[in-house]
Amino acid sequence: MQAFIIPIAAAVAIALIAALLLSLAAKFMAVPVNETQAAIRAELPGANCGACGFAGCDDYAAALAEGGDVKTNLCVPGADAVAAAIAAILGQDAEDVIEQVANVRCSGLCDVTKPEMDYQGLKTCAAAKGLFGGPGSCKYGCIGFGDCERACPYGAIQVCNGLAKVDREKCVGCGMCARTCPQHIIDIIPDVKRVYVACSSADKGAVTNKLCSAGCIGCKLCEKACKFDAVHVENNHAVIDIDKCKNCGLCAKACPKKVIKMYPKPQAKPVVKVG
Amino acid sequence: MGLSRHLKGVHVKHSKNTAGMPIIPMPVPERVYIPMVQHIGAPCTPVVKVGDTVKVGQLIGNSDQRISAPVHSSVSGTVEAITQGMTQYGRVDTSVVIKSDGKQELLDTVLPPEINSLEDFVKAVRNSGIVGLGGAGFPMSGKVNIKPGEVDVLVINGAECEPYITVDHAVMLSYTQDIIDGIRAVMKWLEIPQCHIGIESNKPDAIARFNELLAGDPAIKVHTLRQIYPQGAERVIIYETTGRIVSYGMIPWNVGCIVMNVTSVMKLQHFLRTGLPMVSRCMTVDGNVVLHPQNVDVPIGTPISDVLEFCGLKEEPKKILLGGPMMGRAVPRDDFAIVKANNAILCFNEAFAQQRKETACINCGRCVAGCPMGLMPAKISRAFKDKDIEALKELNVLYCMDCGSCSYSCPARKQLNFEIKQAKALVMEAKK
Repeated sequence: MQAFIIPIAAAVAIALIAALLLSLAAKFMAVPVNETQAAIRAELPGANCGACGFAGCDDYAAALAEGGDVKTNLCVPGADAVAAAIAAILGQDAEDVIEQVANVRCSGLCDVTKPEMDYQGLKTCAAAKGLFGGPGSCKYGCIGFGDCERACPYGAIQVCNGLAKVDREKCVGCGMCARTCPQHIIDIIPDVKRVYVACSSADKGAVTNKLCSAGCIGCKLCEKACKFDAVHVENNHAVIDIDKCKNCGLCAKACPKKVIKMYPKPQAKPVVKVG
Repeated sequence: MGLSRHLKGVHVKHSKNTAGMPIIPMPVPERVYIPMVQHIGAPCTPVVKVGDTVKVGQLIGNSDQRISAPVHSSVSGTVEAITQGMTQYGRVDTSVVIKSDGKQELLDTVLPPEINSLEDFVKAVRNSGIVGLGGAGFPMSGKVNIKPGEVDVLVINGAECEPYITVDHAVMLSYTQDIIDGIRAVMKWLEIPQCHIGIESNKPDAIARFNELLAGDPAIKVHTLRQIYPQGAERVIIYETTGRIVSYGMIPWNVGCIVMNVTSVMKLQHFLRTGLPMVSRCMTVDGNVVLHPQNVDVPIGTPISDVLEFCGLKEEPKKILLGGPMMGRAVPRDDFAIVKANNAILCFNEAFAQQRKETACINCGRCVAGCPMGLMPAKISRAFKDKDIEALKELNVLYCMDCGSCSYSCPARKQLNFEIKQAKALVMEAKK
């Protein structure tokens, strides 16, 4: 009889002591949880993209909960819905998120450019750029090995026919692709701006014309066409000042190479949650 | 004996088709395109203008930075243009284009330098424009700029472990006495008591020549090195000849060594004797599409296409390598100019140059067995794919010297060396 009473009693006693210690620890060593922060964090999409300027969603939530000058509309992937939810939690007026999209400044599809070499190295843009600026004839355009595709958490950018293409429906404007691109030809622009220049070549017009039949030749017709002083040829290619651009599309009509392009009007996007 | 004293490496096929061939001077090209960056260090700025008449040996580019080497005209003629364009290093640099008048007139001021002290010697080396001719192109003036007594061993690199290349071998046979005189000059002015010459055992004639001409000089010792790649790498040859270990973050100075290539020493001796700076370089032209593989002496700035025309081609090359097949760089076009550090042009056809298809790593460990630096390339490759910078640092990725032994020994044909290069760039970027 006694043979099993002692071990059971010992186990129960140990369990009681442990339970007591744990409850004491929970009381005195508790980490204060900011409920506001937790609530905000639950609203954020969780992509940890860094578009808000903070080191991930947790950091942004913490900064918001602490108060101060942090804006509630910084979460680009979350868009208006998340901004409204955060504003509601914090008891502030909701501000619209300026929706952003990625935009590739290149139109060098495989059929308009020529390869300069038979590249057999690692299939990443960063590696290919290290060898004579990439295997293509144009040294400023998209290399097309898809570093951006691998970086995108939303599957919104894909390389097809040698050129990265953004799916504006899926893109939330987090900027991961723009930070990864070794050619620095991906811009993050407000979604409302629909006119863009699909070329970044700094070569002179005649050289560009030889290397890529779709490149900007710096003819300045767009400059003359623009009524708002928004388009200028800088570094041998047209650049649109997005603050001045009114989406009129006159430059796109004037462009002889059709390198200035226009997107159709954007529609409201659903919030995408990751993970 | 206990532990092996030798470093690891790989046994590569030698293919030294041009062994024993003399060095043939190339005819003067119509135009030379002399890049202002032909070395590791600060770029030079042109000191001539378009329309200037220049002569052989005339200074055309200089820099006042410590690590740099002046550039001289390799032909006599007129400066046609100063252009910005892509050089063989894949960067956009300034080049001076000189149209040759075919006379090859020497500059009147080309006279042997007067050397009375160490400062004079360092200045003379600087003026000679000589860089490390084994392939790296480190300015020699940077190497010899030391205080006497800091360095006690001069290592002369005659290993030439890369396949195909035989130009150092040819130099060792043709200019043995010049090399020895050059070594003695360096030893005298830098007050270095001893010298080790390292030559791979596949060049017995060169070893015999040195032994014969040195006639038992106790200060200069000729070492017969095993035939293994990369025997001619700086760290490897220091270890194999002196037993000293240049560990990570150290340079040969730290262990009291200076390493010089045999051709560099030969060029230095020529400069000390004649005063003619580095205006041409000898190189091997080989590969399975070259009609007459040979060693040629090429004026600096000659386009690759001119050299290939001189040697003849059986068919259009699919791959052109500058340097050896292990560490050389492939170039996409044949209009790049030859620079001081090029020691070979190799041309191959498509069947020969085709990269074999990559398969999965089978963890055989041959890359580890082949790495002379004792790294683990397969692990580095995995850490690189995960972009794990901490792991890469722990694996000492920066210690890699890009010899390519790992890629060569991999049965899965993984491009390990390429991945390690990218991994090094990643770690360097994270350090900033």
